[in-house]
Amino acid sequence: MPDTQALVNDFLNKLKKRKIEGSQATAKQTAELLRSVISQTRVPYTNQAAALIQSVKAVGEGLIAANPVELAVGNVVRRVLHIIREEDLSLTTAAMAGLNLSAVSDDEDDVDGDNQPVLSAAAIAAASRSTLRPPSLQTLLEDVPDSAAVPHTSSSGGDSEGKSKSADKSSRSRKLKHDVIEAVNELIQDINTCHEQIAEQAVEHIHQNEVILTLGSSRTVLEFLCAAKEKKRSFRVFVAEGAPRYQGHLLAKELVTRGLQTTLITDSAIFAMISRVNMVIVGAHAVMANGGVIAPVGLNMVALAAQKHAVPFVVLAGSHKLCPLYPHHPEVLLNELRSPSELLDFGEFSDCLDFGSGIGAPLLHVVNPTFDYVPPKLVSLFITDTGGHNPSYIAEIYQLFVMSLRGEDMKFKSEIMKTNCIAGGNLVKS
Amino acid sequence: MKQPPQKKDGPPVASSVAASERGVDRPVEKERKKDLPPPRMQFDDESRVDKAKRRSLLNQPEARNRVELFRHLPPHKNGSQLPYLESKFFELHEMHPSVYKVGLQYLTGDTSGGNARCIAMLQAFQEAIRDYSTPPEKTLNRDLTSKIGGFVSFLIECRPLSMSMGNAIRFLKSRIARLPLTLSESEAKAALCSDIDRFINEKIVLADKVILRHAATKIRDGDVLLTYGSSCVVEMILLYAHEIGKQFRVVVVDSRPMLEGQKQLRRLVAKGLSCTYTQLNAISYVMHEVTRVFLGASSIFSNGTVYSRVGTASVAMVAHAFHVPVLVCCEAYKFHERVQLDSICFNELGDPDAVSKVPGREDVNYLDNLTDKQKENLQLLNLKYDATPSDYISVIVTDYGMIPPTSVPVIVREYRKEYLLI
Repeated sequence: MPDTQALVNDFLNKLKKRKIEGSQATAKQTAELLRSVISQTRVPYTNQAAALIQSVKAVGEGLIAANPVELAVGNVVRRVLHIIREEDLSLTTAAMAGLNLSAVSDDEDDVDGDNQPVLSAAAIAAASRSTLRPPSLQTLLEDVPDSAAVPHTSSSGGDSEGKSKSADKSSRSRKLKHDVIEAVNELIQDINTCHEQIAEQAVEHIHQNEVILTLGSSRTVLEFLCAAKEKKRSFRVFVAEGAPRYQGHLLAKELVTRGLQTTLITDSAIFAMISRVNMVIVGAHAVMANGGVIAPVGLNMVALAAQKHAVPFVVLAGSHKLCPLYPHHPEVLLNELRSPSELLDFGEFSDCLDFGSGIGAPLLHVVNPTFDYVPPKLVSLFITDTGGHNPSYIAEIYQLFVMSLRGEDMKFKSEIMKTNCIAGGNLVKS
Repeated sequence: MKQPPQKKDGPPVASSVAASERGVDRPVEKERKKDLPPPRMQFDDESRVDKAKRRSLLNQPEARNRVELFRHLPPHKNGSQLPYLESKFFELHEMHPSVYKVGLQYLTGDTSGGNARCIAMLQAFQEAIRDYSTPPEKTLNRDLTSKIGGFVSFLIECRPLSMSMGNAIRFLKSRIARLPLTLSESEAKAALCSDIDRFINEKIVLADKVILRHAATKIRDGDVLLTYGSSCVVEMILLYAHEIGKQFRVVVVDSRPMLEGQKQLRRLVAKGLSCTYTQLNAISYVMHEVTRVFLGASSIFSNGTVYSRVGTASVAMVAHAFHVPVLVCCEAYKFHERVQLDSICFNELGDPDAVSKVPGREDVNYLDNLTDKQKENLQLLNLKYDATPSDYISVIVTDYGMIPPTSVPVIVREYRKEYLLI
């Protein structure tokens, strides 16, 4: 436990100080950290899943609070919780299936079998079968407690099964952790290879003699374009520099190194050039539940220009960026303001930053947001590692995902943002 | 006498001037044909480019890696020739020194902005006219016109003309052409100088005052006004409204590579206006709070398209998406009968190196030290202007009042003759 605590604290510090760049790196490190937490957690014989869930949640809360704008952290935590519940479920059903139960009629959907302290094996089977179906509206509305707990209570109360059961229990406990860690490894693997899987789809979308526009720099976009280049498609790229971070310069350098014809333009020239562009391909920071995109600053302007000129606006996002939260006031709540020194030199404008005579407030404010919100109606296509999707389909994916999550996993306290805890809530003072 | 054709040949211009001098009995057809703006210099035509090079004063640098879409536009002249040109100051024969000075100011960017450039040019021409004396066996009209044509060619070489300058030159040439032959040389020169003064006064200085009055009525207390880049008219409006006591805030949006907004920001804060400063990318972030957008223009075309500093179109588009009214403030002398649909057919190219270098930020100079192989794949594009479609503009504030964008060709048609006849 002590060394995981040190790991957790270390990661928390990095998150708070914004030392980790990029959602892929954050997601991967979060998953690895949770894996260590899981492997170090001591689980009792009964209710192992609950213990694991408890420890993961405790760590997860802290991680999300450290950097609320980095939504990948919350996504990974939720997926790990989902994994734990799923693995537990599949283990339970496997164990139950191995007990040779005769099928009994159980067609009612209610799962409040936990009222009975001692359950027959048949009831256990019934309960586990019903939890395998997607939760019905009734269970969701009545907020029925964890039906996965039913087999546990039964296994703890049902000593009638005898020795074989206890042997099962101990092997089950080890197996649960093992399965969970395996599944988390798969998750990490997915996060690592999301670029390749997205890049594989590049050939379907880029034909010959195309002109592509992008803004700033995204590793996904870079790999996407290079994959198309590998398949001998010839196309030109306009890269907008993406002030004030100027990441577009980096991307342009990478692209010319790999032999692509690149033109570097300023952000102000985007509207002028977009009429001659065939497609806009950009990366995203996060994709919200309604299909809206949290993207680097300036992309809302690009999306509007693309819509005006009927140019397809394609967003590339790995599945670790899909977030099941709905954006309320994303410009303010899911945004971060960076240092004004990137825009203005302090030395030159130090006289302007003095407090005004009458009002006692500074006359000059400098605004430097990091992210922009692009509403779903401006996005033509999402390309994720699972394929291409419409923005409305993203919303549908969330319905399925949300239905399969337990209510208490969905919202973490730190994600329910109060406006006064984010400094960016004040755009301009009066 | 339309805008001087950029083919830089003097005599045909003079002859057409002489022709229209007799011009009352010219057939209507020819007049209408001459009304069309002449074709621009085609920089992708090898033979013409060579001809132009032979006549030019400035050595044109070989442009490397020109963006294909813009090969029809002249490449940017950078200020690296400045010492060479300054040394030639006392060796001028054809060129008047004040015109030369103005040309160099354009080249380095010291004088920028439609009004400033136009006024500087007209005042330089005034001096040149005062110092002019007609050579023997030549008439003042033709010779002076060809001299002006020569000056204009030089200014074009330093920096392509803005629309305001083009209209002013057209005005001047028409005044020269309409000089009665009975005037003596000194009287003619005095008349021309006073015409130039009147043009500057009526079309620019007084027009600006009228625009101020109109636009200030559109500013209410509690407004948040957004402005882009640095337009002298908009700055005057904001300062005037502040003087008459309106309470409002200003958002100054700036963009690379010129970062003109910083100078305007400094002047506004010095006068006590409360300002917010941001870059163009953050426009969607600030637009939530903005109530009005004030923009300047270099010119407005007959289809209502506003030709202005690059990035203006993006600002107008985002404002339109957020249902914020956009007011364009432009003097009527800048209107032009051209039409333009996009920003590519006609534009001005700036210094490409200004895109790759970020002054003052050493940490982001990623594009230093590129290998040759990398350089041959990389092109840098620095546009100076762009064309804003008329559907994004709510109203245009001119000295003729506040008009919708669709009324621009009406003003051009009705009032264009007026200033040619003063």
